Amino acid sequence: MRLSRAAQVGLFAAAVVAAQLLSSAAGKAFFLTQLTMSAYYTLAVLGLSLLMGYAGQISLGQAGFFAIGGYTSALLTTLDLSPQRGHPLVAALVRLHLAVPRPDLYGGEVLSVSPWAACVAAVLLGAAVAVSLGVPVLRLRGHYLAMATLAFGTIVSSVAVGTQALGAADGLSGVPPFVLFPGLRVGGGAADRVQNYYLAWGLVALAMLLLLNLIHSRTGRALGAIHGAEDAARAMGVDTGALKLGTFVLAAVTATVAGVLLTHYNAGIGPSEAGVMKSVRYVAIVAVGGMGSLWGTLSASAVLNFLSLRGYFGAYDDAVFGGILVLVMLFFPDGILAADVRALVARLAPRRAPGGEA
Amino acid sequence: MTLELLLQYLVAGLTYGSIYAVVAIGFNIIYNATGIINFAQGEFVMLGGMIAVSLERTVPLPLAVAGAVAATAAVGALVEIAFVRWLRRPSVLRLIVITIGVAILLREGALVAWGEGVRSLPYFTGNEVSALSFAGARISPQVLWVLGTTALIVAFLSFFFGHTMLGWEMRACAANRDAAALCGIPTRNLVTFSFVLSAAIGALAGCVVSPITYTSYAVGAPLAIKGFTVAILGGLGNSGGAVAAGLVLGVLESLSVSLLPTAYKDVVTLTILLAILFVRPSGLFGSREASGLKDLG
Amino acid sequence: MRAIRFAAAAAVLAAAFAAPAKDPIRIGALVAVTGPASYLGAPEARTLEMVVQELNAQGGIGGRPVELVVKDTGGSPEKAISFTKQLIEEEKVFAIVGPTTSGETLQVKAIAEEGKTPLVSMAAAEGIVNPVAPYVFKVAPKDSYAVEMIFKRMKKMGITRIGFLSSNTGFGKAGKEQVERLAPAYGIQVAVNEVYDKAATDLTAEVTKLKAANVQAVLNWSIEPAQAIVIKNVRQVGLGVPIFQSHGFANVQYARAAGAAAEGVVFPASRIVVADALPAGHPQKGVVEAYKKAYEARYHEDVSTFGGHAWDALRILAKAIDQAGPDRERARGAVENLKGFVGTAGVFNFSPADHNGLDIDCFELLTVKDGRFVPLGP
Repeated sequence: MRLSRAAQVGLFAAAVVAAQLLSSAAGKAFFLTQLTMSAYYTLAVLGLSLLMGYAGQISLGQAGFFAIGGYTSALLTTLDLSPQRGHPLVAALVRLHLAVPRPDLYGGEVLSVSPWAACVAAVLLGAAVAVSLGVPVLRLRGHYLAMATLAFGTIVSSVAVGTQALGAADGLSGVPPFVLFPGLRVGGGAADRVQNYYLAWGLVALAMLLLLNLIHSRTGRALGAIHGAEDAARAMGVDTGALKLGTFVLAAVTATVAGVLLTHYNAGIGPSEAGVMKSVRYVAIVAVGGMGSLWGTLSASAVLNFLSLRGYFGAYDDAVFGGILVLVMLFFPDGILAADVRALVARLAPRRAPGGEA
Repeated sequence: MTLELLLQYLVAGLTYGSIYAVVAIGFNIIYNATGIINFAQGEFVMLGGMIAVSLERTVPLPLAVAGAVAATAAVGALVEIAFVRWLRRPSVLRLIVITIGVAILLREGALVAWGEGVRSLPYFTGNEVSALSFAGARISPQVLWVLGTTALIVAFLSFFFGHTMLGWEMRACAANRDAAALCGIPTRNLVTFSFVLSAAIGALAGCVVSPITYTSYAVGAPLAIKGFTVAILGGLGNSGGAVAAGLVLGVLESLSVSLLPTAYKDVVTLTILLAILFVRPSGLFGSREASGLKDLG
Repeated sequence: MRAIRFAAAAAVLAAAFAAPAKDPIRIGALVAVTGPASYLGAPEARTLEMVVQELNAQGGIGGRPVELVVKDTGGSPEKAISFTKQLIEEEKVFAIVGPTTSGETLQVKAIAEEGKTPLVSMAAAEGIVNPVAPYVFKVAPKDSYAVEMIFKRMKKMGITRIGFLSSNTGFGKAGKEQVERLAPAYGIQVAVNEVYDKAATDLTAEVTKLKAANVQAVLNWSIEPAQAIVIKNVRQVGLGVPIFQSHGFANVQYARAAGAAAEGVVFPASRIVVADALPAGHPQKGVVEAYKKAYEARYHEDVSTFGGHAWDALRILAKAIDQAGPDRERARGAVENLKGFVGTAGVFNFSPADHNGLDIDCFELLTVKDGRFVPLGP
């Protein structure tokens, strides 16, 4: 039974609300914290799902873009510009309300870039990097592409750890909340928990709508053609190069935005967010949910991230992800949601055809 | 910079480079036979070192190394049989993801088995401070062991693939799997054998570098990334190229330390890799046709 | 008749012994048991387990059993953040021990403050207790003390030109800041100042740079296996100058790993690693010997200062709760005013302005002789 797109999103919204009401009713309102963090990781993974499932490109560098978003916004919003108040650039920023004074944790006052301006800057940077990386890299195939994106992710991670201004190994902390609109903000304390939760999942729903619309449009069908048979698609006049690049940039931008938002929610970011292991996790989640299946990826991400952030897997967190990765790729290569259990059983325990081979 | 210092930087570069080269060779064997990039190669290197250290407590060093190589080869076979053998026409993406998962499992298994501590084999000759000098530069004897082992492995592989029946069969399998199968070559077993060979070589590498670098459960992943980088730089599938590329990269890294802040050493290496991938993905020594034709199936 | 009365008395006594145990005191622990900081976190987790057992064997704290809730952060700040919120709001722990690393602690400092939960960190960064946050404490000594002890010695030896290597971890970074800050005051010029990757497998090139600069001593600041690799490489390239290490070297497995290269290396450490060599009257002797004996018997591995931090953190909390009773605000105040507490890292004297409680005497300069740690003579 195929639901219409609106119905799918409606069902999703209902699930989100139900989760919140149930958790308050059960006295476990604090689940919302981990669910909110999961929502932001899900944003990053949705972009990757589109890239891997529809454009058929693997990227082991998604965490690099996440880190670019997070670090850019963290740096800009925590950098104290008050000593440079006289500088023309700073004065211009203040006049345009792009730099605002705010109280810091210890009672003083600092002048730093406003979160909105920082977010825009982060997204622009992420997109620029994605374009400059994508143009040469997307010509490569298979493991060369994997290696190139892996190299990119590792470069971002090394720069994050190696640069004093980015906090080096300690990362950046003390990032202020991001006020999206008056009354609606990402970050803050326990009192804002419910609002943060709905905001986060609302943004995910918005992203889902946009991506679903994209998939079902002409562009989306062209993307699907690339994945299936690139040469044939090109022969039909599809501009495969531009489409692949566009998808790569879109995936990068979703990761960048996710990084910005989670950094404001957590009030900080560390170099572990940029690491290769994180990129591997994102790939694992997409694989589990089914490449190209956005709802599958969303469910897998929500569940796996939530459990991991609650420490459910204890010291075996990485082992569980590795195990899941292997199991799903071996037995359910199209993702768990698309699992055809009967076919799998038939393949593993074939019945002997009378008079024929096994 | 005096000649003596330059030589010392070169020696340092050879030390790093030989480690990368010997890891890279393992990637090429499996790639040649199957077209798969085995991300778990680094874990084979780690297992070789860890198992040898455990064995060395009870048996003499050469036996410990031999035992570790045999045990890791068995693990390689198991990995292939359990995770690769029975897949039908898997896509590149699927295989990459599977080997990444296997690498993670092997690493976590090592953590459970051996804990987080760091260990190493004793130096094969000499000890932690001994060094041979030539022309004013000093080199640890263990580095010569690594270089020697690498040379031996390359010589063995070129003999094996050039002059033995089994080696020819593997090359046939690599060139065109279906045609080889039609000729009666047991392709599935040969794929398993390629994993065994790769694991054995990785384990030997792990044993011989462990006095220099120490082994612990987590050394696999960084080694795999470096080894993979070098394998691509040298041209995937080209073992001689891997060695040359490894040494070149090691020396470049070492010289970069003399000029730039060491904090960005990795950034330099990876940027070089990206540049090579953009311009000449077949690597410094690989051929364009070979890198394009390698298809699975 | 007598039998029945006897039985009744026995039943009453039995009932008294079987009375329901009092509510346990729940203490949370954020430890990097796995991941890149595991050689810090794993000994810490083991020590915490051991101490909890010891406490409970003696009836717990104030008659109430202690329940430890350990969360493995893997050294990653986002897990630390998530688990801190979980420990405070869901598990409703009384107090938190940890996190293991400075990076994690800095990210969760504000959360502990907001949740009004005492947090006793096992990490060392200055920023943890400076500026002072009422609920946040740390038990690891200041890096500046370690640096000062080394510089004092260097000055005595007439060393004015050094080469400095540090790793790209929080520990290395903290040491680097202190070295750069304090060197001028001791007349020391840092001729070479380089940061290497914590996963480095060989550092010959970096060490060659030191040789090229003709330094009079080498100072290395890191906490992972690389510290053993550095000193091997220094000797292998023929650089025969004195080698100084940070207090991260205070784990004898690194001295063993470096073998012959570790001979004569000088480093500051808290007295736990030379427990045997302490003179009989030393205030810390009893505590460190008891901890060392119990830990080594139970886990068959050498003690380290990191495990010691865990011991100090939990024991300080236990003492404070014992003194002040099960009220968070009062327990916090008790920690803040604790004086003369003998721990493995030193003798602690907390105050409202000093949430670390240690001074420079907590360190002693040690050296390696025949593969063992011994105090360095004058």
